[in-house]
Order: sequence, then structure tokens, then C-alpha cells
Amino acid sequence: MLDSFIPSWAELLRFMPEIILSLVGSLLVMLEPVTGPKSKSMLGHVAIAGLIVALGATFVAHANPGAAFSSMIVVDGFATFFRVIVFTVGILTIFSSYQYLDREGSNRGEYYALILFSVVGQSVMVVANELIMIFIGLEISSIATYVLAGFLRDDKRNNESAIKYFLLGSFATGFLLYGIALIYGATGTTDLGEVRQAVLQSAEPPVLLLSVAAGLMFIGLGFKVSGAPFQMWTPDVYQGAPTPVTAFMSAGPKAAAFAIFLRIFVTVFESVGDRWEPLIWASALASMTIGNFAALQQKNFKRLLAYSSIAHAGYVLVALTARSEIGTASAMFYLAAYALMNMGAFAVIAHVAGKGETTVDVSDFAGLGAKQPVTAALLTIFMLSLIGVPLTGGFFGKFYIFKAALESKLLWLAILGLLNSAVAAYYYLRVLVVMYMEEPSARTENLEPMPMSLQAALWLPAAGVLFLGIFPSAVLEFASASARLLGQ
Amino acid sequence: MDHILSIVLFTPLLGLAVLLFIPSSNTAAIRWCANAAAFAGFAVSLPLVFAFDPALDFQFVERLSWIPSIGASYHLGIDGFSLLLVLLTTLLGFLAILSSWTAIREREKEYYAYFLVQQTGMLGVFMARDAFLFFLFWEMVLIPMYFIIAIWGGPRRSYAAIKFVIYTLVGSVLMFLGILALYWQHFSEFQTYSFAIEDLMRTQVPASMQWWVFWAFFLGFAVKVPMWPFHTWLPDAHVEAPTAGSVILASILLKMGTYGFLRFSLPLLPDSAKDPQVIQIVAGLSIIAIIYGALASLMQKDWKKLVAYSSVSHLGFCTLGIFALNPAGIAGSILQQINHGISTGMLFLVVGIVYERRHTREIAAFGGLYKIMPVFGIAFLIATLSSMGMPPLNGFIGEITILKGAYQTSLAWAVWCAIGIALGAAYLLWLYQRTMLGDVKETNSGLTDLNAREIAVFAPLVVLVFLIGLYPKPFFRVLERPTAHIVERVRPGYHAEHRLVNPLEAPRPTAGLER
Repeated sequence: MLDSFIPSWAELLRFMPEIILSLVGSLLVMLEPVTGPKSKSMLGHVAIAGLIVALGATFVAHANPGAAFSSMIVVDGFATFFRVIVFTVGILTIFSSYQYLDREGSNRGEYYALILFSVVGQSVMVVANELIMIFIGLEISSIATYVLAGFLRDDKRNNESAIKYFLLGSFATGFLLYGIALIYGATGTTDLGEVRQAVLQSAEPPVLLLSVAAGLMFIGLGFKVSGAPFQMWTPDVYQGAPTPVTAFMSAGPKAAAFAIFLRIFVTVFESVGDRWEPLIWASALASMTIGNFAALQQKNFKRLLAYSSIAHAGYVLVALTARSEIGTASAMFYLAAYALMNMGAFAVIAHVAGKGETTVDVSDFAGLGAKQPVTAALLTIFMLSLIGVPLTGGFFGKFYIFKAALESKLLWLAILGLLNSAVAAYYYLRVLVVMYMEEPSARTENLEPMPMSLQAALWLPAAGVLFLGIFPSAVLEFASASARLLGQ
Repeated sequence: MDHILSIVLFTPLLGLAVLLFIPSSNTAAIRWCANAAAFAGFAVSLPLVFAFDPALDFQFVERLSWIPSIGASYHLGIDGFSLLLVLLTTLLGFLAILSSWTAIREREKEYYAYFLVQQTGMLGVFMARDAFLFFLFWEMVLIPMYFIIAIWGGPRRSYAAIKFVIYTLVGSVLMFLGILALYWQHFSEFQTYSFAIEDLMRTQVPASMQWWVFWAFFLGFAVKVPMWPFHTWLPDAHVEAPTAGSVILASILLKMGTYGFLRFSLPLLPDSAKDPQVIQIVAGLSIIAIIYGALASLMQKDWKKLVAYSSVSHLGFCTLGIFALNPAGIAGSILQQINHGISTGMLFLVVGIVYERRHTREIAAFGGLYKIMPVFGIAFLIATLSSMGMPPLNGFIGEITILKGAYQTSLAWAVWCAIGIALGAAYLLWLYQRTMLGDVKETNSGLTDLNAREIAVFAPLVVLVFLIGLYPKPFFRVLERPTAHIVERVRPGYHAEHRLVNPLEAPRPTAGLER
């Protein structure tokens, strides 16, 4: 009996990335008081080192796939894929934070620790194979992110952002928890595999209860991924939070939330798929349309990307609506590409933003093409990828998603989605117009050169976006193989 | 010769790679480099002319696996139709770059970089034998042209550039949807993923699906051509674009639309293409474009806008010829596409030359230019006569062949065509009269005639005008097989039924037919 409580070496290995990150995070908190005010960036370097080691541990864990801790977590291709995404997002966030925090005079160790804790939470979410674990992961991630959103505590907008994010986020978590409770009530278990078996094997599955549970979980997760009609908080929160944190929120927690979305809906709720499909269909369409059309009106670059992130959540929901292996694989691919291109775009904003984020309007980017051609060229790559121009990751992401939608006979959703992506071109291109065709603004005129750390935060995702755009094969095949296993 | 298409395709990019290492302050070197790269691009495409065998179909085929999991491959090959368009692209691409020598004085490095990227994109569109690759190049053309209009364009450049992109993008996503639908249909029939056009041709598409896929493709290509009523981006884009941009836009980019009709719509969806209702709608739109474009041209006060609307009219002939669905109509249409590329390219260059000297395009501001710029006057005259279809120049051959094809299908079509040709003569001659003849205005008396570089830009086009006009046989010869393939695909047994010689059944002098 006692044996089962002592985890085996293999089990620890499968959980090693989370263990490493938790230890490094705690270490940072302890180091914080003993480092001088000038050397806080060292703590960031430690955090990056921790994330890189965790990335390595992820691949080691992937070489030993399987369940751990009484199958509370499972390391499969799907989990590895998302672990790599969230760890990469963590690394890129820290790279883009150094300059920003120095400028704001808030370069403190807690920041890096909170990023690591949030990443741990996301990592737990993506490996969780059990509803309570999912919930715990979500809470770890969310609470750290709430604090990060209000990290500059003397800034009014930071406070607004944190409060809004916290209130709505907790509310959403409540719905999710209610859904979990109903599933437990219907099947008597919270283990995803067992729930699935219970539903498949019972002669008369509790369809009504499961449908309500699916609906409640959809609400909870819809908030987290900012899918319509639960997208209202996104623009305010994204605008108010410190830019690197916004980048982080739009990529990491979102990818992790989609991961559990996929894991739950393609395993547990697959049998009641006919019931939730119309729901997600409508949500996907509404997210794309609201996001894109609202983004057309935005002057603030962060708000613009916030609405665009709603639209992109809509594209991923299209993939979910497809309810197929290809749909799952395409969502995975898209989230990877999206994380990269969004991190890159926000890193440029963090560079241009200036102290107190006074210059984050699109018009503040005027003349960037003439003043810092390399920065502008990289931002161009990210914008083109967000539009979905070929040879960028964004193009293949959209391609796979709409291919999946067509294969599931979602003709109208595909048509409307594609038209939506043509509308989106307008506001992304406007950024390029401003950047290349207008006279330099007061801000770009006096833009400081880009520090090495920020360069890393731009070049890495740019290389990734182009790699996914030109040689998508390897990543896609990995995603397809993982999606196939997930459905079993 | 194994990789000649790749060489032609990537020479502009190679030039670009060199260009990027030249500091932007050294404008002379940038110009020389861009011109050298563009000329090299033309030079390497010349061997295609001599190595091409009109008795074979797709030649110089290259195929490499690219994304095996979705069945996309790097697959190039050209037939007679593609050959002509590839040569037109390499030639006009070079001439457009050459014509920018003095016209563009700011941000030259970027300017030439966009042209070179665009060159590769256009060549790729005409060479791709894989629908996915085709789409990739199709989109690749869009962004450079957007920047060319938006950075070096006229006062309303921002508006025109965005309009161009949004129109084309909406069209191209629908076209892409069509490609995906065929791809998926192919998968469900054969259980293998493939984007190869020849594989997609084997697919049996159910009638209902064929119908909407046809319209999805149609919208994509019709915006690009542009057909009435999707043409409204064209006058804006042309008027705002710099001269070289207009030349490329009119001569090459518009042909991507007609190329799409002939390469995708007709062969892949033959049942929809020959549906009488579809033909009527498309022919109706084409005839409206012919007449409307011509009438609109008559009304223009802006020289460049007039030429832009004349494109709408001329492309109407091309689409009408395509949907006549007979050998004369299609061959005439293809030849007319080449002719339009040459003659309208010249007309835009003409506008560019006066604009560079006078900084206005107002027709009323000119008059009597022939007296002070005689060489220019002759070049413009040849362009005008070629564009209006005067024998024995190239436009005549194209239009008369289309007219023949239209007549075989419907007398009414031919009548409308004839009216369109007459109107074309009217607006072009009237333009010539207003700008070149009459009294010299005071403000224009100091204008200089063409210099050696400008003559060099016009010379090859003038040669082609006479060559196609006087000796069109080799051009029709290379188009025989592609045309017959399309006609037999849409209307099996057409040649036999009409007692025509079927070029596909003619004895082949050489063995080893590729694909």
C-alpha cells in the first residue's frame, strides 16, 4: 500500500520540469533580498537558465512517456508539445522584460519568480490527466499572472488590469469548478481516462448532466482563452498590464488553457460532441468577427493586438469545432505559431513603449522603418505572419485549421473564417503603413538602440516563425502523431 | 538544363541577396545591381525558347518533396502558355526596373528589392505545377506590390494600396478555399494527400460541389483580372502606383487572373465551366467590361487612368475568349494576354515618361508633343496602334482570333466585341490626338525627347509588336497543345466534331512525353 505513495524514479522524471522550475522559482525568492539593486538582472538570467534546463528535462521526460502519480499526470506528445510552448514563452518573456523593468525602475526578483510559477502552473495544466490537477495547475498559473498584471503597483492602469483580470478570472474558474463537480457527480471520478470509459461503457450515459458540465467548462475555459462571448475583459487587461506581461498572458496561459480545452473536449466530451459543437461553432465565428472588426477601430497598439488575440482564439476554436485529429493537430500548430509571432510583436511594443508606456499608439511607430530598419523588418515578419502570408508560421497555422474545418464539412465556418482573415489584413497592414510611410514620430526620432536581451526576444521568434513557415513538416508531424494518441 | 526553371525562378532572389549587401547610400551601385539582376533573369530565361519543344506538354519538370505530410511538393514545369508568360515576365520585369533609373530617387534599395521579390513570385505563379506552391507564389506577389504602391505612389497611395490588398486577399482566400475543397475531394477519392495539379485533375468532383468551387475560384481570379464589377481597385492602384509598378501590374499581375481561369477553372471544373448559365454570366460580365471599360476610358481626363480603364476593356476580350471554349477563343485570348502585356506596358511607360518630365498626367495639359518629341511620338503611336488592334500589329492578330472564337459561339458576342474594338480605336486615337497633335503649349516646349536608355526600354517591345503581328505562327504553334488540352478537357471530342485537326493526336516527332 505504501509503495504506491512513493513515486518511482520514472514518475519523478516525468514531472521533473515542474520540479526544477518550482525549485528555481523558490530559489529566486530567497536570492532576491540578498542581491543588490543593480544586479537584479542576474536573477532573470537564473530564471532563463532554469527554463532552459526544464526544456531539456521535457525532452528527457518525453523519451520516457507514460502516466505518473496514479495517472494524475501523463507525459505524452501532446503534453511535451505544450510544455515546449509554455517554456519558450517564459524564456522570451524574460528576454523582453529586462529593458522594460529597468526603465520602469521595477527590476525585482519577484517578477522572475512569478513568471516561473506561472509557467509551472501552465505546465501542470498541460500534463494533467485529472480534473483536479487541471484545476490546481490553472490556479497556480492564474494567481501568479494576476500578480504580474499588476506588477507596477503604482501604475493606475496596472491596478485596473490586475483587478479586472482577477475578478473575471476567479469567476470563470468558478464555472470550471462547477463543471468538474458535475462530471464527478455523473461518473464518480475525476480521472479523464476513467470518465471517458465510464461514459462510453454505460448503457445510458447521463447526456444531460454531461452536456451541462460541458457548457459550464466551456464558459470557464472560454474566459481563459478569451473566446466570444467571454472576451470582454481582454482589451482592458491587455492594455493595462506591463507589455511583457501582456505578451506572456496572450501566449502562455492561453496555450495552456487551449491545451486543457482540447484534452477535455476530445476525450471526455467527445461522446456528447453533437451537443457542444454548435456552441463552439458560434463562439468561433463570434470571436473571429468581433475580434477583427473591433481591431479595425483601434489606435492603441496593445488594444489592437488584444482584439487580434480574440480573433486568433476564434481561429483555434474553428479547429476545435472540427472535432478531428487533424483539428487537434492544427490547433496545436497554430498555438505554437501564434505564441511566437505574438511574443515578437509585443517585444517590439515593449521596446518602443517608453517610460510609463506613454507611447503605445500605432502612430508612435511612425518612421520606425527609417530609424531602426532591423526592428521594423522583424515586426513586419510578425505582422505578415499574423495576417497569414505564406512562408510564415501564421500561414500554415491558418492553412491547417481551415483544411481541418473543410474536412469536417464546416464549409460556412471556413468561408467566414477566411473572409475574416482578409479583413484582418487591413489593421495589420496599417501598422506597416505607419511604420514605413510616415515621418518619424517624436518617439522613434529618439529611440534608444535595442539591447541584446530584446534582440534575442525578437530574433528567436522571427526565426521560429519563418522556420514554421518554410519547413512546417517536422512540427506538424509531431503534432499529428500526438493528436492521434490523444484521441485514443 | 535539369534545373533551368529553378534557375530562372531564383535569379532575381540571388540578385536581391547581392543587393542587400550594398549600403543604401551607394545608389548608383544599387541601380546597377538591380538592373544586372533583372537582365540576368531575362537572359537565363532565353534558353527556354530554344529548348522548348511545342510537340510536348509540360517540360523542364522539377519535382522535390517539400511537405510530405500534406502532399505539397516543389513542382515546376511549363507548357506553351506558361512559356509565353514566363518570358513576358522576365522581359517586362527587366524593362520595368530599367525604366525606374531616374524616376525613383528615394529609398532605392527597398524599391528594387521589392521588384526582385515580386519577380520571383510572378514567375513562380506561372511555373508551379502544385496548387499549394501556386498559392504561395500568388500571395508572395501581393506584398511587394502593396509596398511599391504604398511607398512610391501618388498622393492617395495609402488608400489605393490597401484597397488593392484587401480586394485581392478576399479573392485569394476564396480561391484557396476552392483549392482546399479539390484537395480534400482528391483525398477522399484516392486516400492520398496531393496538391499536384495533375492529381487534382483526376478527381471526379460531384456536380454540386463543382458548382461552388467554380465560383470560389471565379471570385479569386475575377478580382485579379479584374472583371467588372470587381475592377474598382484597378484604376486607383494604377493611378497611384509608380510607373514601373503600373507596368508590372498591368502587364503581368492581371494575367495571373486569366492564367488561373485557364489553368484551374476550366481544366479542373469542366462541367461547371461549360454550364450554359455559367457561360452566360461570365460572358455577360466580360462584355460589360469591354463596353464599360471603353466608355469609361473615353471619359477620362487623366492620361494614366484612361490607360487603366482600357485594361479593363482589353481583359474583357481575354475572358470572353476563354469562355468561348473553343480553340480560336482560347488561343486568341492567350495571345491577346501577351499582346496586352506588351502594348499596355508601353502605354504606361509612355505616361511615365511624360509624367517624369512634366509632373502632371492631365490630358488637357498636353498637345502637340509630336513636334517636340518625335521619337517619343513614334513609340507612343506604335503602342496606340498595337493596343487598338491595327493590322499588321500584334493586337490585330489577337483580337481577330478572339473575334473568330466568339463568332463561332454566338453572333451577339462577336457584335459586342466589334463595338468594343471600335470604341477602343476611338479612345486611343482621341488620346493620341489630344496629347500629340495640335499646337505646342508654352509649358511643354522645353520637353526633351527620349534618351538612349528610354529608347532601349521601348525597343524590345516595338520589335515584339511587329514580330507577333507579322509572324504569329510560332506563337500559335506553342499554344496549340495547351489550348487543345483545355478544349478537349472541357468539351471532349470537340476537334473531331468540328472536323478540326487535333494537335494532341498529331504524330509526335520526339518520344519521351513528360507527364
